[in-house]
Amino acid sequence: MNAPIASSIDQRKIFPDAVVALQGLLRDGMTIMSGGFGLCGIPENLLIALRDSAVKNLTVISNNAGIDDVGLGMLLKNHQIKKMISSYVGENKEFERQYLSGELQIEFNPQGTLAERIRAGGAGIYGFYTRTGAGTSVAQGKESREVDGHTYILETGLTADVAIVKAWRGDSEGSLVYRKTARNFNPMMATAARVTVAEVEELVPVGTLDPDHIHTPGIYVQRVIQGAHYTKHIEQRTVRKRN
Amino acid sequence: MWSREQMATRAAQELQDGFYVNLGIGIPTLVANFIQPEHHIVLQSENGMLGMGPFPYEGEEDADLINAGKQCISQLPYSSFFSSADSFAMIRGGHIDLSVLGAMEVAENGDLANWMVPGKMIKGMGGAMDLVAGVKRVVVVMEHVAKDGSAKFKPQCSLPLTGANVVDMLITDLAVFSRPNRQSGFELTQLAPAVTIDDVIANTTAAFTIKI
Repeated sequence: MNAPIASSIDQRKIFPDAVVALQGLLRDGMTIMSGGFGLCGIPENLLIALRDSAVKNLTVISNNAGIDDVGLGMLLKNHQIKKMISSYVGENKEFERQYLSGELQIEFNPQGTLAERIRAGGAGIYGFYTRTGAGTSVAQGKESREVDGHTYILETGLTADVAIVKAWRGDSEGSLVYRKTARNFNPMMATAARVTVAEVEELVPVGTLDPDHIHTPGIYVQRVIQGAHYTKHIEQRTVRKRN
Repeated sequence: MWSREQMATRAAQELQDGFYVNLGIGIPTLVANFIQPEHHIVLQSENGMLGMGPFPYEGEEDADLINAGKQCISQLPYSSFFSSADSFAMIRGGHIDLSVLGAMEVAENGDLANWMVPGKMIKGMGGAMDLVAGVKRVVVVMEHVAKDGSAKFKPQCSLPLTGANVVDMLITDLAVFSRPNRQSGFELTQLAPAVTIDDVIANTTAAFTIKI
């Protein structure tokens, strides 16, 4: 077999910064997936660029909604979000205010259902039947099936116009490696959007990442930036004493 | 009556050697402190980790290493990391042996309510619905009565459900109730020190049998 061998390293996925990486992708009313669990593994630099772009009426699919002034909390404060699809939003006062005043819509999904809906969306699967949420308000209005004495409800796949994700290391092919629990929702979101923009702490030359250890293959990632700055906020700094 | 620590100690007795276990937020988190040292128990954190270790030593906190309660934790030699989709595949697929969760209400038929109070700000269910739907055995740890003294173990839940017929064991500050399977009712199997059967009956509206 005569497989093609690239004669040079292709740099077309590499963008100079977060602002440039989002150029041409944003419009009011669009749907954006944003990776992270709490503030762990969130695309800090792309979220700042999104805030500064002033794009509005967004539907944001993200497990959480940041905290006041950090992560998606910045976009909430700026009134850029119309609807959140999340599993838990307990850490955000401004969220609560906008929700109670009717400015903000929320669709709660069980966390595993949210993760699987995004995975399904990226994998070309229309929907799946799950026991999660059967017999609860989550099941209302959804098709259900009885199988072997258990009730399963139909949940549908989720996709987005743009996904913004954060990885530890990445290369110009768009291959990504995440670190520890900062992986969370990032790999599925990378697969489920028309355009995925990834920011990485370390942009490394092609050939650096072990092909056996790549978490997100480059096919899912269209644009990559080296993040300019990482605060890596810790929500609860729990420690133990040395004896 | 049992303290929070004593309730957690009682719940820890349900963790058998070799179990994969998910601990919820609150009293369930304390259960990790009372695991018998001779047992190999692997703790799962639904944000994507097996083999969750204790809080890190001061100065060793890592923003990329947190549990589902967003607390800093540490890793162990046998830890592994994975995505949220893989994490909930483990949970939904019945690979986790036991989950310990908090609750607002438990019903006599095993229904559980622990995620929302109508009229109050809804924070979301997080992973609770997935856990109760998929984990093999669900142990609930909660105060026996609400702050106003009303029963929390009831004929049926008045709050919106997290799961229908999902609770296998209930540990409160007064007593332990369990049932052999999900077709059976609950049995009162253990009393906290200085608590009588009459105390339990007086503070419970759910039906149960006594098997002490």
